Amino acid sequence: MTLFIVRRLLQAAFVLLMVSLVVFFAVYAVGDPVELLVSADASAAERALAIQRLGLDRPAWEQYLGFLGNALRGDLGRSFVHGTPALELIVQRIPATFELVVLALIVALALGLPLGLVAGLNPERRVGRVIMTGSIFGYSLPNFWQGMMFLLLFSVWLGLLPTSGRGETVDVLGIKLSLFTADGLRHMLMPALNLSLANIALVIRLTAAGAVEARAQDYVRFARAKGVRHSRIVRRHILRNILIPVVTVMGLEFGSLIAYSTITETVFAWPGMGKLLIDSIYQLDRPVVVAYVMLVTLLFVVVNLLVDLLYAALDPRVQVLEPAA
Amino acid sequence: MTNTIRRACAAACMTLAFAASGAIAQTLKLGLSSEPTAIDPHYHELTPNIALSHHIFETLTRTDADLKIQPRLAVSWTNRDDRTWVFKLREGVKFTNGAPFTADDVIYSFCRILNNETAVSASFTDPIKNMEKVTKDGDHTLVIVTKSAEPLLLSELSQTFIMSKAAVKVDKVVFDPGTRCGVTTPWPTVAQFNDGSLAIGTGPYALKSYTKGGAIELVRNDSYWGEKPHWAELRLSAVPNAGPRLAGLLAGDFDLIENPAARDLGRIRGNERFAHVVRPSNRVIFLQLDQREESPFVRSDKGNPMRDVRVRRAMSMAIDRKAIVQRIMDNAAAPANQFLPGEMFGAMPDAPELSYDPQGAKKLLADAGYPNGFQVTLHATNDRYINDGQIAQAIAQYLAQIGIRTEVDAMTRSIFFGRRSKREFSFSMGGWGSTTGEASSFLRQWVATTDKDSGLGLSNYGAFSDPVFDKIIAEAIKTIDSGKREALLREAGKRAMEQMSHIPIHFESTIWAFRKGIEYKGRADQMTLATDIRPRG
Repeated sequence: MTLFIVRRLLQAAFVLLMVSLVVFFAVYAVGDPVELLVSADASAAERALAIQRLGLDRPAWEQYLGFLGNALRGDLGRSFVHGTPALELIVQRIPATFELVVLALIVALALGLPLGLVAGLNPERRVGRVIMTGSIFGYSLPNFWQGMMFLLLFSVWLGLLPTSGRGETVDVLGIKLSLFTADGLRHMLMPALNLSLANIALVIRLTAAGAVEARAQDYVRFARAKGVRHSRIVRRHILRNILIPVVTVMGLEFGSLIAYSTITETVFAWPGMGKLLIDSIYQLDRPVVVAYVMLVTLLFVVVNLLVDLLYAALDPRVQVLEPAA
Repeated sequence: MTNTIRRACAAACMTLAFAASGAIAQTLKLGLSSEPTAIDPHYHELTPNIALSHHIFETLTRTDADLKIQPRLAVSWTNRDDRTWVFKLREGVKFTNGAPFTADDVIYSFCRILNNETAVSASFTDPIKNMEKVTKDGDHTLVIVTKSAEPLLLSELSQTFIMSKAAVKVDKVVFDPGTRCGVTTPWPTVAQFNDGSLAIGTGPYALKSYTKGGAIELVRNDSYWGEKPHWAELRLSAVPNAGPRLAGLLAGDFDLIENPAARDLGRIRGNERFAHVVRPSNRVIFLQLDQREESPFVRSDKGNPMRDVRVRRAMSMAIDRKAIVQRIMDNAAAPANQFLPGEMFGAMPDAPELSYDPQGAKKLLADAGYPNGFQVTLHATNDRYINDGQIAQAIAQYLAQIGIRTEVDAMTRSIFFGRRSKREFSFSMGGWGSTTGEASSFLRQWVATTDKDSGLGLSNYGAFSDPVFDKIIAEAIKTIDSGKREALLREAGKRAMEQMSHIPIHFESTIWAFRKGIEYKGRADQMTLATDIRPRG
């Protein structure tokens, strides 16, 4: 087990190195941040000063090596635009995105699992067909449009929910969270729903497909023949077996929601990481973009590792194999 | 009896309701289109940053909505000679930390700007680097001697914010850039402003809270020396996307928003709960033409046709500015016949109209020796100016009608500006806001022959060069006497238009939308200042 984790960590380090190489040179090949930062009427000396201060006067490979050296010491560079460490800027934004994604996934599971089970257990009945058809909308409607429609419905017409921002926050272990205040929750509801709609559909489809398959399995039929109660069959024999693909996919979705909640955060002006990323790209804030991608890569590596470990906990047949010596 | 009770209750309820609505009305909620990048007033010269700074900090002079200079922390000023300015400072002004405002605070602020290591760009140092001596004569008289005549000093000082010397525990400060002004303590950093510890000014508001990416909250400074602002608290939130920002206004989350899309104005035009204001700004959208003999994107029978003034005039005549303003800009713009609106300082009050005349344009083109036109690529941004991509398309079609086959290459601004400054374009569409409110801003930056040492023609990427014009502008920018300077600037503007150094298209307008019950007149420099937002009626 330990060896497995060590091996995975070494792989992770290699992945991070490769990603840093690709991202650094891709981002540094695009545009000229000095043109966006320094006003057009700045003198040549002012411009040269800014270029030097940002370290852009050195050749690209030298900049990369410098970046790599600093990165090993945990310093991912300083934001061109904000003047503060890029990592700090991103870390400050993590709680906002994190709580939004957690709420979105809770909503996705709370709605998706029961609906999916109903649909999967009654595929021929009308209720099952309605759920499956409805789920198509969930992931075929564009995220941006959905968000605007939510705004129109819940804020402009019904006047129930605020349109933007994060609302009141409370300190939980030194982290500012809005999940635990009424005002904060009101602000979160629309973006979380916007973020979760596609995932509700995904969970419904996975659960339904799994349920249809599991229902026909020998162990379910045997349990039924033995006279086990229907609810127990669904809970113990069907649901438990469908959960594995659902957990895998949700694990991956968790990562990608954290990393790419950009559209939702832009529509609702939610001060999370996604909005920071898109702002930084527009402003050519290279250090923030690079640090962001590095951090997200790390996140995916960790999430995949956790999912592998979760498998073992959920299904005793899956074993984390030690490699042959 | 029951009646009395009912009446009493009604009265009480009314009072309660009034109290409640009063409390709500005291907080003004603004929806900004872009977020200030810092609280530090010397950090980055961007409109949102400057606008925010004007609430917390103050400047020696200020500009009004039409960019005319007015007194602020300086009550009056006189010129002893072309290089010496004497400012009389306002007495009885206090910073929010209780310290009185004196000439030392001004000197310290100048020194901090020169030594600001965390600043993004050094633009704030421009006026101060040209100062030879800054001395005080008592606590409330400041004498500034500039190295060379600086007619724009008053305008520059309207963006030079004064911070409290006492807040950084400095006793003595002398204006001497060589010796760090005699200051031994470390210079303030942007972080100290952002966390609020140095957000201490003399302005009408004080910082209450600031969360990057979240809202900025300000409270009224009750010991403010000037007219007390109406709103007890301000809440500034940035919603960069125009659609959601307007939804915020419609839903009542904001009292006023900046820059709603002109095409969305129909949504509020018929609604009696909302109002809006459209104000012409000092930002001109124009075409820049390459004057070099070899131009990368020009294909013609002989040489670069745009070197011929007749061709440049023909191109201008081919464009129907009124149609662009009406159909593409939804009337939220004004056709431009020069580079700064006529009522601004140094602009021509009666610039001849650049009318739409495709037949005349064709003839002029033939006279110049290009009866069959030529081929060129128009480079433009598609995310910087209002409807920029569409405007470029329209211009290309107008030019095609007189035989100039124009291809449009529109790109994101982060690519465009870098390529333009490397002079990679033949024909490009740009925008320029004359922040100084003076005609010199555009003319010296874009039209004058490039001379990096004297800071002239820094954006003259097309290498336009006209000795007659250069002579006039060089004279104008060192003339202190405003009457003479204005006459010279008008002459320079006239010459630039005759030569058609650049082709002006239109002046962008800035739009503010707000709920009924408040009023904002807007500003030519596109800033949103809560002190100018007033309840109506």
